[in-house]
Amino acid sequence: MTILSLTSIQKSFGEQIVLKGVDFTVKSGEVHALLGANGAGKSTLMKILSGDYERDGGVITLNEKELIIKTPAHAKEAGIEMVVQEVDTALVSSLSIAENVTMNTFISGPAFFSWKKRYKVAQELLNRVGLHLDPALPLSHCSLAEKQLVLIAKAISRNISFIILDEPTAALSTKEAQHLFSVLRELQKQGVGIIYISHRLPEVMELSTRVTVLKDGYVTLQKETSDCSSEEIVRAMLGNELVELLNDEEDRILGATLLEAKHFSVPATNESVSFSVREGEIVGVAGLVGAGKTETARALFGADPSRDSIYMKGKKVRISNPQKAISAGIGFVPEERRKEGILVDYNVIENLTLPVLKQFTKFGFIQRKREKTEAEKWIKQLGIKTQKSSLLLNHLSGGNQQKASIGKWLLTDGDVFIFDEPTKGIDVGAKQDVFQCIKNLAANKKGILYFTSEIQELLAFCDRILIMYDGKIAGELNKHEATTEKIMHYATGGHYGTVRS
Amino acid sequence: MAQYVHKEHVENDINTTKPSLQEKVFPFLYRYGTLLVILLTVIGFSLANDKFLSYQNFTDILRSVSIITLLAIGVTISLIVGGFDLSVGSTASLATVTSAAALVLYRQETIIAILIPIAIGLLVGLLNSFFVVKVRLPDLLATLAVMYIINGLHLTFTKGFSIYNNMPLSEGGTAPGVFLPSFLFIGQGEIWSVPVPVIIMLIAVIVVHIILQQTRFGRLLYITGGNEEAARLSGVPVQRYKMYAYLLSAFFATLAGILLASRIGTGQVSAGAPLLMDGVAAAFIGFSVFGAGKPNVIGTFVGAVLIGILLNGLTMLNIPYYAQDIVKGSILIGALAFMYYEKKK
Repeated sequence: MTILSLTSIQKSFGEQIVLKGVDFTVKSGEVHALLGANGAGKSTLMKILSGDYERDGGVITLNEKELIIKTPAHAKEAGIEMVVQEVDTALVSSLSIAENVTMNTFISGPAFFSWKKRYKVAQELLNRVGLHLDPALPLSHCSLAEKQLVLIAKAISRNISFIILDEPTAALSTKEAQHLFSVLRELQKQGVGIIYISHRLPEVMELSTRVTVLKDGYVTLQKETSDCSSEEIVRAMLGNELVELLNDEEDRILGATLLEAKHFSVPATNESVSFSVREGEIVGVAGLVGAGKTETARALFGADPSRDSIYMKGKKVRISNPQKAISAGIGFVPEERRKEGILVDYNVIENLTLPVLKQFTKFGFIQRKREKTEAEKWIKQLGIKTQKSSLLLNHLSGGNQQKASIGKWLLTDGDVFIFDEPTKGIDVGAKQDVFQCIKNLAANKKGILYFTSEIQELLAFCDRILIMYDGKIAGELNKHEATTEKIMHYATGGHYGTVRS
Repeated sequence: MAQYVHKEHVENDINTTKPSLQEKVFPFLYRYGTLLVILLTVIGFSLANDKFLSYQNFTDILRSVSIITLLAIGVTISLIVGGFDLSVGSTASLATVTSAAALVLYRQETIIAILIPIAIGLLVGLLNSFFVVKVRLPDLLATLAVMYIINGLHLTFTKGFSIYNNMPLSEGGTAPGVFLPSFLFIGQGEIWSVPVPVIIMLIAVIVVHIILQQTRFGRLLYITGGNEEAARLSGVPVQRYKMYAYLLSAFFATLAGILLASRIGTGQVSAGAPLLMDGVAAAFIGFSVFGAGKPNVIGTFVGAVLIGILLNGLTMLNIPYYAQDIVKGSILIGALAFMYYEKKK
């Protein structure tokens, strides 16, 4: 029996303290689930254990002998392997499956290693994870689930005593997840200690023997899984913040239905969704990472077009590309601001007028004066803080960039605005401005679809909240009945009971 | 609305209060470095050879860069949309040969000898955009493949021989047509003692500059190259604009080819091949002119002129042509090094 224990681990990045003294213990042969909301410190803790980060304080011991883990190589030596969430970053897709599985032999193996022997070793490892593929195939042939198993096979190619899995089922289908669980149970029988990070309560309840919940850098719950309920875990994840931000506004007056989706299929998730947005309504769409929010938003705007049509003001339109969406009256503020939302090498004016450049064009020529006057009007209205309107967006702060990303849709005067994580990485002041802007849109009878994983924001100003889980809309709550607990219940798949559907 | 001061702004303020010598000199060189180099080369060559600074030599230089500039305009437009057209050299060769063939082998009028190469050139542009936009091959690979194909096509068509007046034909006799004077005027004529190719080049530079800077079409070309995904999500039909860019690039390469044919009065095979590298160099030197940091036509023109001055001056000083490439390369490195150093900061 091996016991790996971390005692009062501390870590901070600059001024921000991420871990404030965390105790965590894993024994061989147990599945220890680690849970927590976004930013609770799960990944940081595991990166310290796997040697990615160096801890600021605290002790790591293996069988009561102190361990020094400063680099990933140290962690590997101690028999700790990590299966990261983005499997592609840990594998080489241009090499064969066999080479990937036996990667460790390249680092510390004989200089010559016959292909015959490599295939044999790889085949054995693949059999252990139940993957029946020809090891000579290139890795690029594998599906995401298969790559994950390849990564596990690679991890167990050495004599390991502990394995960390970070959100392994985030992109897997139910069947693939079940297979992964059986592989993990097999490892568990062989005496490997498994640390299992997940957002999904049903699988945690099914698989784990012990649960640790982190919140804001502290441990808020540590128990045998059989002794606790999923409600208890949700409460531990949210802590004392159950006091809700009250919706201080009166009910908005809602008009006719603007956008309606009926069994609208989303290509990236292979699921379909049904919902509607009315005039003056702010509809929040909640969901944890991997729930399919961004995919749905992009499909609605035609960025990754769906084969199905939607109804705009009762009229059937098929959004096959973003231009169609814009002419149907839809605007979209994408999640990745710098990559998709704005042009950092262009100035504020050029960014704001881009979707409506035609309005400022006469005989093909841009009327720069009119363009500038109009843009400056909006810069003032949006509160974009810039010394002059001809400044490149690169020189603006994240919040002001986001305002430009939103602002360009105000010029189009559309009907429905789709926001995907609009407050990601912007400061508090800018957040308030963004909220105010969205409220103004609603007051002007626009329909808003607000996709976010920040539950507090949804409670603060949405009329209705849809909750996504696994690409589907798992639940719907109006603003009077919505609570953080209820949203988390749906977002973690709690409505399925303890069995993953 | 909440008041807040962003960190970057504060740091910027601190920086601007005490500029060091280096901070003053570098931006100046970044903006005007290329022009300074031109000025210094002109002064240097004038001191070394008194025939350098004359009207005659000046028009000679411009005439010699006119073909490269036209070709480089095409390269510049392909760079603007974030692509790269390597096939311009062979497209120019193809245009040279087809216009010569139309005149010499098929006895056509000048206007036909201009329109046919342009039509064929646009087909090449369509082929490029098909591979880049529809098949989604990387620009460099697609245009490299098309470069080989076009090169092979025009050599197959001529069986590897150049086309000239009174050339003997394989089926006996001599070619029926000749290079008409009206065609030769394009490359060799003068209007008010300004060479016609120079006039064509200047018109092309000015018109393209205005289109790129003042029109919606030009803005959207730049935006497409600036961030394709953001442009697409803002409703810009990016695929169509990329196609336009490759069509324009092929069009200007064709113009360069026609000019080349009328300048030398023969349909020289593979004549466009050496133009490619000079055109690409001119376009990249153009990045650095006035600190633009991105492809632009005025910069490309300045780049072509710089290359032309160097070649002219070095030839006057009896430096062998093979050594001149060393100078060309050094200038290109210098211009690009400054730009990327400045960008990284």
